[in-house]
Amino acid sequence: MTATVDKGRPAGFKARWAAMPKQVRWAALAALIVLLYILPNKWFYEYLGFPIGSEYFALYTTRSDFAGVLFDTAVFVLLAVGLNVVVGFAGLLDLGYFGFYALGAYTVALLTSPESRLGTEWPWLAAVPIAVMVAMISGVILGGPTLRLRGDYLAIVTLGFAEMIRLYAARSEGIAQGQRGIPGIPHPPGSGSDGKPLFGVVDARPYYWLLLTLILLVIVLVRNLANSRVGRAWVATREDEDAAEVMGVPTFKYKLWAFAIGAAVAGLTGAVFAGKQTFINSDQFVLESSILVLAAVILGGVGNIKGAIVGGAITWYLPEWLRGVGELLGVEFDAAEYRILIFGLVVIVMMIFRPQGIVPNRRRAAEFADRRQEAVPQEKVSSE
Amino acid sequence: MRQKLARVLGGVAISALVFSSAAACKADSGTEEGGNSAACGLKIGFFGPLTGDAAGLGIHMRNGTKLAIDQYNKDNADCKVNLEQYDSQGDPAKAPPLAQQAVGDAKVVGLVGPAFSGESEVGGPIFDAAGLPAITPSATNPTLTTKGWKVFHRGVGNDTSQGPAAGRYIKNVLKAEKVYVVDDQSAYGTGLVAEVKKVLGSVTGEDKVQVKQTNFSAVVTKIVGSGATALFFGGYYTEAGLLLKQLKGAGWKGTMVAGDGVNDALFIKVAGQAVAEGTILTCPCAPATAAKGTFVTDYKAAFENAEPGTYADVSYDIAKIYLEGIKAGKTTRADLLAFVKAYNKAGTATGVTYKFEASGELDPAQVVVWAFKVNAGKVVPDIEIPKA
Amino acid sequence: MNFDELLGNFPALTITGLEQGAIYALVALGYTLVYGVLRLINFAHSEVFMVGTFTAFWTWEALGYDQNSAAPALGPLILALAAGLIVAGVASAATAVTVELVAYRPLRRRNAPPLAFLITAIGASFVLAESFGIGTSRAPFGMPTLLPSETLFTVFGAAVTNIQLLILGVTLVMMVGLDQFVNRSRLGRGIRAVAQDPDTAALMGVNKNRVILLVFVLGGLMAGVAALLWNVRYEFTKFNVGFLIGLKAFAAAVLGGIGNLRGALLGGLLLGVVENYAAGLFGGEWKDFTGFVLLIVLLMFRPTGLLGESLGRARA
Repeated sequence: MTATVDKGRPAGFKARWAAMPKQVRWAALAALIVLLYILPNKWFYEYLGFPIGSEYFALYTTRSDFAGVLFDTAVFVLLAVGLNVVVGFAGLLDLGYFGFYALGAYTVALLTSPESRLGTEWPWLAAVPIAVMVAMISGVILGGPTLRLRGDYLAIVTLGFAEMIRLYAARSEGIAQGQRGIPGIPHPPGSGSDGKPLFGVVDARPYYWLLLTLILLVIVLVRNLANSRVGRAWVATREDEDAAEVMGVPTFKYKLWAFAIGAAVAGLTGAVFAGKQTFINSDQFVLESSILVLAAVILGGVGNIKGAIVGGAITWYLPEWLRGVGELLGVEFDAAEYRILIFGLVVIVMMIFRPQGIVPNRRRAAEFADRRQEAVPQEKVSSE
Repeated sequence: MRQKLARVLGGVAISALVFSSAAACKADSGTEEGGNSAACGLKIGFFGPLTGDAAGLGIHMRNGTKLAIDQYNKDNADCKVNLEQYDSQGDPAKAPPLAQQAVGDAKVVGLVGPAFSGESEVGGPIFDAAGLPAITPSATNPTLTTKGWKVFHRGVGNDTSQGPAAGRYIKNVLKAEKVYVVDDQSAYGTGLVAEVKKVLGSVTGEDKVQVKQTNFSAVVTKIVGSGATALFFGGYYTEAGLLLKQLKGAGWKGTMVAGDGVNDALFIKVAGQAVAEGTILTCPCAPATAAKGTFVTDYKAAFENAEPGTYADVSYDIAKIYLEGIKAGKTTRADLLAFVKAYNKAGTATGVTYKFEASGELDPAQVVVWAFKVNAGKVVPDIEIPKA
Repeated sequence: MNFDELLGNFPALTITGLEQGAIYALVALGYTLVYGVLRLINFAHSEVFMVGTFTAFWTWEALGYDQNSAAPALGPLILALAAGLIVAGVASAATAVTVELVAYRPLRRRNAPPLAFLITAIGASFVLAESFGIGTSRAPFGMPTLLPSETLFTVFGAAVTNIQLLILGVTLVMMVGLDQFVNRSRLGRGIRAVAQDPDTAALMGVNKNRVILLVFVLGGLMAGVAALLWNVRYEFTKFNVGFLIGLKAFAAAVLGGIGNLRGALLGGLLLGVVENYAAGLFGGEWKDFTGFVLLIVLLMFRPTGLLGESLGRARA
């Protein structure tokens, strides 16, 4: 079955890569990670030989700060990695993932801000574990009664949940203070060698590095989980829930696990975001963002961590990059106003030509190839 | 293993791009420095929503700014100022990279915006750290000027100047006994309603609606049932127009009073002339001066005959403050900031005298609040609301 | 909590809730039809509705009605409504069909996984909403009052207007018509066949692609009718007007049992009424919130909605 996957891939290169000694592959991986850490540094581009703050580097966002965009992209990547556990591994369609992210952010804001109505004023670091816990517990509370619902019903329930969180937050009299929001959230702790705080206002790089580190940690965790008994149980549940149940897999328990882990990752992301942003209000957690995270996961390739990373990066980065694309191409064209339109078109085209995602999951791609071969005489309506 | 393959492929692709574009740019990087003196090619930034739900407000502010800059460039063709747009979508979450970009671009010497209070909260500290002067045409949350930012200025009166005035108008001029208040839960709307309620003491009833709501049947039922003769609406023109239209459709005969978020030609467009008739709109601005006459016609000429929306005039005036500074040779952020701090002149579009307090607040003595009335499809000045 | 407000205005809140619910129901039919046949949440359907509101509005403009024109006499009124209905219906149906042809059919041909459809649907929704947003400068548009609201009679002290009667009447007629069409006609039998078992239906000679196109046409038509009624009632549109209505309609479809035509009607009306009661009882800020609470609680007890899924009448 797996043999069909390799079709259309640079098999020669792949074979060579596989033949390389383990050390070389590890070194390449390390180099990529280092590159990711270097990416927001201006001296890196100057070292490579081009001036910065201009349109010279094709991938540089010219209309918004590159480090800031990288941070936001990293937020999206981490969310996509977390959602991938829910949608990709366990096969649960979650349309309200941003709700957990909002919970994490609001928990930090309420516990730390001097202007919160709770009045606790904890330091940022102390609030982060609580935020993760709150998100995780609410994942269990939401998942407990609803995870028995079939796919698309779960989608609307999760969507409703995220909207409820936002609508509650939007109430001006509520604890979340509506659109007026909660200002004065402290930054993460730490100071540099010069005594200045490490996490400041203007420079987004430390936050990016923090988030990048968290992403790497979460990926290691999620990968190990996916390759463990839990991961196999998820796959079994996703492929055929009834069969899995018959074979003695407690599907509900594992589904709840996936849901809780996804929620915890979102809560963590929200906590970091709140620490950078210092101000959050109900405008920042709109439903469209939930849908965008899901789009990121699917665009990248469901069930594949790499896919989630690529999808998350594209979904956030592409519209930001498009702001300045006119200058890049040297034409008088302000793309900023059209960027969401272009993004929509790109998504459609991409899905048509690569329906299984940019970096498909191996197992899913195999199924996909199988189904394609089956469907020779008549088109087949995809029914699952 | 395939995963690692992809990583390497990605790495190779990135470095290939890096080096190819490096090669491409080296060729023309030499031309960048020559020619321009420091004072030309400066940029004024506009920071606000140009896409997304709030774009209807933001586009007019951008247009006001653009008009001022275009006019300046026509007179100073040899040394132009450019407009740089930072489209925040009205979402504070999207604001930081844009603010950092504005700060990082040394050519940007002044900012019109941020348009909303939320993005000002996020952008303020960033602008402050870099000394980039910002004058908001529309963010009216009173707490914004208490944060100790040196660069932040407000080109309009805040909620505490307009709200009480609206309350006094309802109490003293309309002499309405039964007043219903509704807000849209936005920071702007709730702020206004809170101030109005303080002046009125007690209200017949109050309710909240949601931004983007279109069906107001529940609140309409309540207002009609309460027998209120006046309604104060804290919010923006779209919801105001729809609410009023549905109220009048249900047979309500009272008067609606609303703030400057409704003082927009689009309000009449949404509600319809007959429905909007008699609505009182307050505004912390003075009525049309002789000078304002050209603003409206210029605006219409420049933007396909569009009526200048709320805050377009304020944005225009603010942009002119910067342009005047640049013309006077204040071409660095610090100089321009000092220029703004010392500024004391009436804007041509709004008629407001722009003089800022140390906190960045518009000098309260300069803030006059006028009541306007919708009359035959036009917003016409009614009276200046006396200070308490 | 304000029980006086709720009880005092109970009849009025019920009537206005039904009126809003009827529009939810008409839009919900589009979600339900497509879901019943394709098992696909057509996220672009909200924009199908939005296109309908704009095209009907433009038709009226072309007929010479502007914001401030007086309400026309009966003859021209019927003409204007009919013209608006035809144009909105055609435009909405055309939009729905375009979405199917551009965004869904190529994926079906490649036998793409179900999640891929979700994403192209979202992409199509972005493209439609953004192109209208750019084309209309993202401004709100008020419309002429073609049909002034008049109280016809009162029920328990609540006024019932001509517009409310029109909306409820048209919705019922469309609903019954659609129900009869799907259950009685030959084409309707095709729809049910494909909904039940696409492969067997294909073997039996049903042209599946034609059935799917038909489903999109029907859903688009319903959205067009809803758009016209919306225009008459709210006299307003904006490029993002579809989003909230689409969300509510989708919720209504699920509430009634997605894939079930009668369920869409029931879900829509129920959602409209409950939202209004909540606004009366707790205040307007709880309106949408309560709608979602209702949805979640109901799904816990009836996991396939009030009436269950039944377009094919054979699904569990």
